[in-house]
Amino acid sequence: MKVKVISRSTDEFTRERSQDLQRVFRNFDPSLRTQEKATEYVRALNAAKLDKIFARPFIGAMDGHRDAINCMAKNPSYLKGIFSGSNDGDIRLWDIATRRTVCQFPGHQGAVQGLTVSTDGSTLVSCGSDCTVRLWNVPGDSFADSDNLADNSAKPVAVYVWKNAFRAVDHQWDGDLFATAGAQVDIWNHNRSQPVNTFDWGTDTTISVRFNPGEPNVLATSANDRSITLYDLRMSSPARKVIMRTKTNSIAWNPMEPMNFTAANEDCNCYSYDARKLDEAKCVHKDHVSAVMDIDFSPTGREFVTGSYDRTVRIFQYNGGHSREIYHTKRMQRVFCVKYSCDATYVISGSDDTNLRLWKAKASEQLGVVLPREKKKHEYLEAVKNRYKHLPEVKRIVRHRHLPKPIYRAANLRRTMIEAERRKEQRRKDHSAPGSIVTESVRKRRIIKEVE
Amino acid sequence: MGAKEEHGDDEMDLKVKKYLRGEAANLEGLKDKKLKGQLAVREELYGKSAKAAAKIEKWLLPSESGFLEAEGIEKTWRIKQDSIANEVGILSTRNQYDIVLPELGPYTLDFTQNGRYMAAAGRKGHLAIVDMKTLNLTKEIQVRETVRDVAFLHNELFFATAQKKYPYIYNRDGTELHCLKLVQLLCVLVSSFYPAIVQIMHRHSKCAPDSLTALPSISLLEIRLRSNSVKGFTVQEHGAVLRLQFLKNHFLLASINKSGQLRYQDVTMGEMVGNFRTGSGRTDVMQVNPYNGVVALGHSSGTVTMWKPTSPIPLVKMLCHPGPISSLAFHPNGQLMATSGREKKIKIWDLRKFEVIQTLSGHAKTLNFSQKGLLAAGTGSFVQILADSSGSQNYSRYMSHAMAKGYQIGKLLFRPYEDVLGIGHSMGWSSILVPGSGEPNFDSWVANPFETSKQRREKEVHSLLDKLPPETIMLDPTKVGTVRQVKKKEKPTKEEREAELEAAVETAKDTEFKKKTKGRNKPSKRATKRRELIHRAKRPFLEQRMEEKEMSRKKQKTGVVTEMPKSLQRFVRQKAG
Repeated sequence: MKVKVISRSTDEFTRERSQDLQRVFRNFDPSLRTQEKATEYVRALNAAKLDKIFARPFIGAMDGHRDAINCMAKNPSYLKGIFSGSNDGDIRLWDIATRRTVCQFPGHQGAVQGLTVSTDGSTLVSCGSDCTVRLWNVPGDSFADSDNLADNSAKPVAVYVWKNAFRAVDHQWDGDLFATAGAQVDIWNHNRSQPVNTFDWGTDTTISVRFNPGEPNVLATSANDRSITLYDLRMSSPARKVIMRTKTNSIAWNPMEPMNFTAANEDCNCYSYDARKLDEAKCVHKDHVSAVMDIDFSPTGREFVTGSYDRTVRIFQYNGGHSREIYHTKRMQRVFCVKYSCDATYVISGSDDTNLRLWKAKASEQLGVVLPREKKKHEYLEAVKNRYKHLPEVKRIVRHRHLPKPIYRAANLRRTMIEAERRKEQRRKDHSAPGSIVTESVRKRRIIKEVE
Repeated sequence: MGAKEEHGDDEMDLKVKKYLRGEAANLEGLKDKKLKGQLAVREELYGKSAKAAAKIEKWLLPSESGFLEAEGIEKTWRIKQDSIANEVGILSTRNQYDIVLPELGPYTLDFTQNGRYMAAAGRKGHLAIVDMKTLNLTKEIQVRETVRDVAFLHNELFFATAQKKYPYIYNRDGTELHCLKLVQLLCVLVSSFYPAIVQIMHRHSKCAPDSLTALPSISLLEIRLRSNSVKGFTVQEHGAVLRLQFLKNHFLLASINKSGQLRYQDVTMGEMVGNFRTGSGRTDVMQVNPYNGVVALGHSSGTVTMWKPTSPIPLVKMLCHPGPISSLAFHPNGQLMATSGREKKIKIWDLRKFEVIQTLSGHAKTLNFSQKGLLAAGTGSFVQILADSSGSQNYSRYMSHAMAKGYQIGKLLFRPYEDVLGIGHSMGWSSILVPGSGEPNFDSWVANPFETSKQRREKEVHSLLDKLPPETIMLDPTKVGTVRQVKKKEKPTKEEREAELEAAVETAKDTEFKKKTKGRNKPSKRATKRRELIHRAKRPFLEQRMEEKEMSRKKQKTGVVTEMPKSLQRFVRQKAG
């Protein structure tokens, strides 16, 4: 006879001294944990509810400007700094951590229309409606950290006066050229008081300009004549142009997929394009109820933030048709500029009410040092939430966002209008000869033509 | 060498299969390429993690399960407890004993989930909690009332008893916390959990990560508590309960009383979740299927019914025996059920197909499955243990044990995570060694036999947070989170229905009649018969048509009525009539 029975001595299964950690034994046999799926579902549901409870995205407002904020620029070499320019000609450098003005750059006579910082983070370029381009030295870290705020105004390194008012400026990602937009597109060098190159296509004012992050010589502009134009600095003439039904207010290139860019359009939508294939948008991002004023990509390239004339800020997935998040406060007015912070954790918006506002990019994220166990727990909850996101109960909680009443109404109205249009189109189709009316896809509908 | 490797592979495959939790999804018919790709990646990931889990088993699961093997002409079922005692260590021999308490019996037993504590209840009111590791008596009380059953709640701190008129809840110190007379009274139960929870909360909020998850549920608890004490005046009593069972994942206490009413009570909120008349008379055969939380009842008519707290009719009603059912038990993996009837048969059922797999002869007053799938059957003073030695669900004799003559066994219960079988009988309780019955490796986070009080407190909070709603009790618990296939019931068109009717009439016309004896075979008689047949064939179609017409008329009528103000509705009816 051979016999063995389970026999556990207490010494083997408990800790030796009270200072030791408790001994842990694992057995992952599924039969020990019954109803795993139901448990996971309950956890997902709880996680979704908790996310709602902890969703407090607004961190604080930064006030100081005396007029509407027109433009912002982030400093690529200094995480805490953000520049903002307002309609009264005031430019300020803010410290995001303390939410205070670190430095002021007085000089512009009219509104500041464009701000940009060179890639090395040493030079700030500003342009405005007073027909000047000004170059400034960016104060160093020591200056930013010092508490001496009594005399913190800087003097411009150079002032270049030109023929026309400017609407936007952007610096090359790798190089020392910058482009201004106005009556035409001018390419400038840091050291010369006149543009090194000038592009012109059509007669209308160019309102925004952005350099490609991957290919330093390529830039995209949008103009009042509803066009989006691509330029290559190595060629003497513009490369391509697409004309849409409404004007594009701003453009942002995807930093991780530099052939793609997203255009913030006047018709409440954003359009993602592949620069090589402009006859069709890759994705249409709908949700805003008024013109989208500004757009900025997260450094990860997976998300972008938009600010709109409807007084809200939204965050979209780079390939998502609808927004992931909407931010609004009672006091925030028309949003003119938005920026994603360089570490992808914050979003900064500048609006008509002279304030910059700081938001969390993920509304319910826990800020500060997260312990490893906490991190693991968050990851687990995220995973179960993702797994059960399609179940009605979880979906309802995750999707719900409270909207201010005017926006809720406007969204409803917009939906009704679009639905009515669709129905009309369908009726027209039903009552005409088959094939005579072709419904164009949403991705193509707003494009009039592509010009080469 | 090669053969050996192959053998190892097979073993590995078996282990992997355990962790795969069912078949992979079939992606063949999927048209969405993107989704297909994503799912394929997901499936690959599942496979990999299952393989990894199987591989690390060697290190994670160091203990091996017990066994009993016969040598030569020996038979395992002839081996006595004495001879086992001679072979095993002194630690294990402590698990063989008889406690003789002749006055207060017969006794019934229950173990906590980790197998550390045992509650014993004598019919005549004797309640005892025993620490099974040290074999110390934690508490002993005499309630001076009939006690029919005892059940631990989520840990050893609380246990419920079925007494003469009501079920009661006691704590470890023997203090009566609740008499489950009225619904409102149980609200206090939460407050008895409450201090412990709050204490933990405070600690959590200072440093630990899980404060995140814990806080809101507490506020929820509070709110529910308040609303409950304001609201409920419905008098719902358990009554004289015969059997009690605790559903650990749902915190539900299920009871069946003398008049055959099944009740579910939530022990955290005190809410009566379900209250159903079984309609099959008095029974004291009740068992929870640990796999899905479904409660099974065995009735005197020979049927077994399975219940969930959200439906007043049973999920399953199966006729298992021609006579009354004396006991039933569930395999921990939820696929097997054993029932025994008074007609001296024990049947083993496959719960996936609801088919009988094996019929064994023999009477069983009580049945119980162990964690490793051994089946213990007790009758009179004799215990038989059956094992599925071949792995093909073919149960055969494994061990047997005879108690002193005259003892009447009332309850058999395997102790979790140990090779021990507890026996409650008319003269006290006993315990014998059954090698190979218990799970050798425990998981500290699921059930820890060496739990400290701190760990117990943590576990209480976590299990309360993961408390499942009663809706999650269903026959197939893996259905949670899957898509329900909507079967579109297509209405047959008018032509189709006409054609069907025609066909039915044709077949009726074509029926050949038998040659009948003289007088009955007249042409006129045959004609009438045929006419009748045709009539009968048409009838269901015509009836259905009538029904539909009636339905549509009713719908119309109600439509009109709801539009009218209430005072005018009667005129509408008159007009229609």
